[in-house]
Amino acid sequence: MTSTAARSVSLAEALRRALRDALAEDPTVHLLGEDIGTLGGVFRITDGLAAEFGPERCADTPLAEAGILGTATGMAMYGLRPVVEMQFDAFAYPAFEQLVSHVARMRNRTRGAMPMPLTIRIPYGGGIGGVEHHSDSSEAYYMATPGLHVVTPATVADAYGLLRQAIASDDPVVFLEPKRLYWSKDTVDPDAPPDVPPLGRAVVRRPGTSATLITYGPSLPLCLAAAEEARGRGWDLGVVDLRTLVPFDDATVCAEVRRTGRAVVVHEAAGFAGPGAEIAARITERCFHHLAAPVLRVTGHDIPYPPPLLERHHLPDTARILDAVARLQWEE
Amino acid sequence: MTVLHEPPTPSPTTGQAPVPPWRRPPRTDPAPLLPETEPYHRLGTDREPPEGPDRALWRTLHRHLVLGRRYNQQATALTRQGRLAVYPSSTGQEACQIAAALVLAEQDWLFPSYRDTLATVARGLDPVAALGLLRGDWHTGYDPHTHRIAPLATPLATQLPHAVGLAHAARLKGDDVVALAMVGDGGTSEGDFHEALNFAAVWQAPVVFLVQNNGFAISVPLARQTAAPTIAHKAVGYGMPGRLVDGNDAPAVYEVLADAVRRARAGGGPTLVEALTYRLDAHTNADDATRYREDAEVAAWREHDPLPLLTGALERHGLLDEDHARQARDAAEELAAGMRARLNAEPVLDPDDLFAHVYARPTPQLTEQAARLRQEAAAR
Ligand SMILES: Cc1ncc(C[n+]2csc(CCOP(=O)(O)OP(=O)(O)O)c2C)c(N)n1
Ligand SMILES: [Mg+2]
Repeated sequence: MTSTAARSVSLAEALRRALRDALAEDPTVHLLGEDIGTLGGVFRITDGLAAEFGPERCADTPLAEAGILGTATGMAMYGLRPVVEMQFDAFAYPAFEQLVSHVARMRNRTRGAMPMPLTIRIPYGGGIGGVEHHSDSSEAYYMATPGLHVVTPATVADAYGLLRQAIASDDPVVFLEPKRLYWSKDTVDPDAPPDVPPLGRAVVRRPGTSATLITYGPSLPLCLAAAEEARGRGWDLGVVDLRTLVPFDDATVCAEVRRTGRAVVVHEAAGFAGPGAEIAARITERCFHHLAAPVLRVTGHDIPYPPPLLERHHLPDTARILDAVARLQWEE
Repeated sequence: MTVLHEPPTPSPTTGQAPVPPWRRPPRTDPAPLLPETEPYHRLGTDREPPEGPDRALWRTLHRHLVLGRRYNQQATALTRQGRLAVYPSSTGQEACQIAAALVLAEQDWLFPSYRDTLATVARGLDPVAALGLLRGDWHTGYDPHTHRIAPLATPLATQLPHAVGLAHAARLKGDDVVALAMVGDGGTSEGDFHEALNFAAVWQAPVVFLVQNNGFAISVPLARQTAAPTIAHKAVGYGMPGRLVDGNDAPAVYEVLADAVRRARAGGGPTLVEALTYRLDAHTNADDATRYREDAEVAAWREHDPLPLLTGALERHGLLDEDHARQARDAAEELAAGMRARLNAEPVLDPDDLFAHVYARPTPQLTEQAARLRQEAAAR
């Protein structure tokens, strides 16, 4: 939607606006987290919300992630719609048991009688020069847990739209915020946010004919840059932004890969048993006869996240993506 | 009172003493924080049973104990016959089970663990629906909202933060709801126990934590779980009262829990109650308790069995007439017969259910898998 009030908005601001609008529209929405009240969160995503909605709607909790998610589960059992903030990816691990054993299963356990309409916001990924425990890409753990939706925006419009959808969802959503994109900007009208496709739908960010890059979250700008660069080498690369890792949009991904016959999956998370392994397998199962080359992966190494001065050796970059594209058996 | 921090000195420039952020206003709460180290008793003491409606309460507790004992026996027998996958019996702990259920008002919520099926039945849940998890036809055999009973929790202590969150949510909405959460002595070592109690106290949530201390976590005795003088003492560190009670003394457990529920309802915040009890059966039907405890110890606890204890007290006070005893016995046999009849029937199972409730709407992947399973079933 174009509008006269369109202006430059950061992804962080879009997230804040989504939380604000959700709080304003639905009295059952409650934010819980560490330092999200007075401080507005370490990334300032909740800035001003405690002042506007009070300390119970945007609550600073005791410092205990299992307790935060555990009590949020109880609040959801009573019909509230909690939105939990985990301060950093690696600090969400204490809440893992509550997430896996209860949040993901409560609906199923009770044959639908007790849904879990809660959202768990987690800043994730590297590239910000963070010291250990501040740069993990933990999406594979969540993807491997049936009962959860796993969502990750890469654009300003999606940051707003997907977060609103996540909060409105009657299922639990792990909402992964690419922290290195918090400060990325786009021109939108914050008072008239554009409609975005629903959860579970991937979007073709760039059509291409030579090969398809499949990516999400922090790696989307990287893939778009790689596609730009590839033009100089005669490749017309398409880019698919998954947006939602669970449920996975087989239809959009396969339609693209069937057209190009070549695919590279790009993410920061470790490659072994990572999201790319599942995606490559799905493509192979569904598009085998359309493939001109094996599906390749450009991922982080199979190592604990490196210290900040070494992270550039770990993170996928355009050179690595183009190397992979070059290996897509163009001669045969 | 011990002063933990020296009072700060006034600043020479402003004349004001800085207020350290860690200093909190003094408690106005009159409840004593240090628990009594002797458990609270009612039976076996010289105290007379209460007059008025409480007199009827003793008989009600007794009737439920008779039914509860029979329930445990019948469920154990059905497990031996292969009708339940497993049964963690609460034989010997019925006083806690019954009191926890009866002390709550209709709008309150109960958060049971795997051992607390009986508490759910005493609260009014269908006795067979209560066994869904243990029968194995579904993870939870009932809609939690009908009796306000959370699903039986298997991962230890993980239900405690749920109780806190639910009670907190109810208070935010302005509803008069108390949550009572049950956990074992072993469960108090879990991190979730700590986090739940801390959240409850900080939020002053209307929650009652009932620890059934039966001395063992499967085979591991309490001394290997904690070095605290009692589990009730742990309450002190969270800033809530802790109470120790003889968990086999049904009226005593009821009274202590009722106090705690009243306190929570009146906005006084959470209470930790430790009930000293003993499981007379093995951990489950699959356990061999002789590997970790002496027969003599079990025999000693049989002498302190909650059922004869209350029967004796009622008799001493002339409150146990033949009518009451017969009615309780008959109701217990009827309960057991109903369990046998219904649990001996084959459960109705539908593999489609496996995919139906994972999400609000099945994902395309689950729809595909469900269709494949149906095809497999049709081909066999
Ligand atoms: C998190 C977790 N760890 C281990 C177990 C396996 N387990 C089931 S019951 C039990 C003992 C629990 O003892 P306690 O809390 O004292 O309760 P009780 O069985 O005596 O009623 C154990 C170790 C479990 N259910 N959950
Ligand atoms: Mg125990």
